[in-house]
Amino acid sequence: MCGIAGLIHRGKSSNVGSELQGMLQALKHRGEDSTGYALYGDTDGKNFIMRFKVGENVGEGSSSVMEDVSVYDERKKIVDQTLSEMGAKIIKEERTLPYSLRYEVDYETKDLLDFSQRIESIPGVEILSMGKSLEVIKDLGNAKMVCDRYSLDKLVGTHAIGHARMATESGVDIKSAHPFWGYPFSDVSVVHNGQLTNYWNNRRVLENKGMRFMSECDSELIAVYIAQKMREGASLEEGMKDSLTGLDGVFTYFVATKDSLGMAKDTMAAKPLVLYESDDLVAMGSEEIAIRSVLPQEIDTYDPFDGEVKVWQI
Amino acid sequence: MANIKTSEKKSKAQSMGMHTEVLTGRTQQKFFNPDEAENFYYFGTYDVDFNKRTDLDVMNMSAPEANKEIDNLMSQGYGTIVIKNPQGKHSLGVGILNKLNLIFEGSLGYFGMGSCDGPIVRINGRVGWSCAENLMAGKVVIEKNAGSCFGAAIRGGDLICKGSVGARTGIDMKGGTIIIGGDAGAFTGFMMQRGRIIILGDVGINLGDSMYDGTIFVGGEIGSYGSDAVDAELTSSDQDWLRRKLKVAEIGEDFDVSKMKKIVAGKKLWNYDNLEPTEKKGAI
Repeated sequence: MCGIAGLIHRGKSSNVGSELQGMLQALKHRGEDSTGYALYGDTDGKNFIMRFKVGENVGEGSSSVMEDVSVYDERKKIVDQTLSEMGAKIIKEERTLPYSLRYEVDYETKDLLDFSQRIESIPGVEILSMGKSLEVIKDLGNAKMVCDRYSLDKLVGTHAIGHARMATESGVDIKSAHPFWGYPFSDVSVVHNGQLTNYWNNRRVLENKGMRFMSECDSELIAVYIAQKMREGASLEEGMKDSLTGLDGVFTYFVATKDSLGMAKDTMAAKPLVLYESDDLVAMGSEEIAIRSVLPQEIDTYDPFDGEVKVWQI
Repeated sequence: MANIKTSEKKSKAQSMGMHTEVLTGRTQQKFFNPDEAENFYYFGTYDVDFNKRTDLDVMNMSAPEANKEIDNLMSQGYGTIVIKNPQGKHSLGVGILNKLNLIFEGSLGYFGMGSCDGPIVRINGRVGWSCAENLMAGKVVIEKNAGSCFGAAIRGGDLICKGSVGARTGIDMKGGTIIIGGDAGAFTGFMMQRGRIIILGDVGINLGDSMYDGTIFVGGEIGSYGSDAVDAELTSSDQDWLRRKLKVAEIGEDFDVSKMKKIVAGKKLWNYDNLEPTEKKGAI
């Protein structure tokens, strides 16, 4: 089933980590195999923030194979060495969990394709997000468990999207969890509720164009599809509108960039979405109870129509 | 149990202008006999007094707890119940088989007022997907917007949304009336079998797709027609009925119904009277 939620504050920052946790926890009945956050925090914008993993969570329900922590250490060492070879300087390093790391990196480039390809050529290493503001945090369990594990409740920023996952077509692991980074674009992330039926056809086409897929989760296609459209010169909104015909199946998805948040709904309107919109705040989710966790008072909400695409700026 | 008898002459309901669709083929026209009303027995119903009123705050209740409490209040004779703080919870007010004035001061989540038979409900807020699914009788009024599958499979009663509704409104409906003050999404009236849908605003693509029977009235623009949905003549009796309904529904009373479009089933997809393939072989 899966549940998605997102919010964007316009003209101010707020405690988006805590707010999104509340929204996703309200949707936990839609799936708690894994939960993911894409948080756009307040930063000075100088350095890249790279969230990456060197292994998988092999807790209860996981479909991953247990590895020794020394393997993670070895992979981390190779990442550090590769960064150094590329001239990227690690400004700050955090290792929240043995398999999950956060680096602030001083790296002078706008093309992250080569950068990402070199890092991800290290076996077992996957970049979860790369950006000047974006941080993707995803792990097994419900929203509160992931929030507590990574201490996300104090993160202040302008906007965020998230996903509560019930695994159906791919494994219970971090690599199949949402949100997906819009590789290789800085600060682009995607969450999706639905099924895509032309996943393999689109994947083959996009791989031939040099795009990479890290999982077999159909939702990853949306991130890669839109990233490719943007690579070809389309705006975010143009890429999303194109996806309504380019992607086949049923879907409601959110895309976020450094300064915007968008939603798209398939032409059958088969997947739910409830939307609240005001001058200060846009909040949306698979169910109204998600919005109620941040706006408990009586509010006016609505369901976007079939084939609708909307984008909001901060 | 109520008596069911095959109508052989014009029933009281028909003389009142109801059941005007002509049923043909293998279907049989059966109605409850209103003269047998005293023999009707509904399990789980109570004698309630509409003047006996109470509030119920469901802020800290789960949906089953809230629904049980509504039932408990009805058993005490309360005929008017005001629900406070529904907070978008799912499945509130389901399975009420009673005459009851029920007022929600706020919005409901999915499946609100499902499988009800008889209550008069006002929701001063919004409703999520599948509101009033399987409604048998009564009246449900939503003051704001509604989600998709609004009035799915209803068999009777009036379902009114003063705002806009999502996709597949009235899917599989078998009777009753759905009235929308705003716009409606794609596949409105999908596979509807009887009843009427009135939309004062615009409607999305594939209107009335694969509808078997029933009627859809649209005041605004139509995105596209679905399979077997065709235009029909808007008669003066249609207009009279529309005016009456909109007045009773407290919605669009001044709306110019003479410009509305009427959509019905083309019945090209009907195969009720066709022989099954094996029967055809036998006939040959």
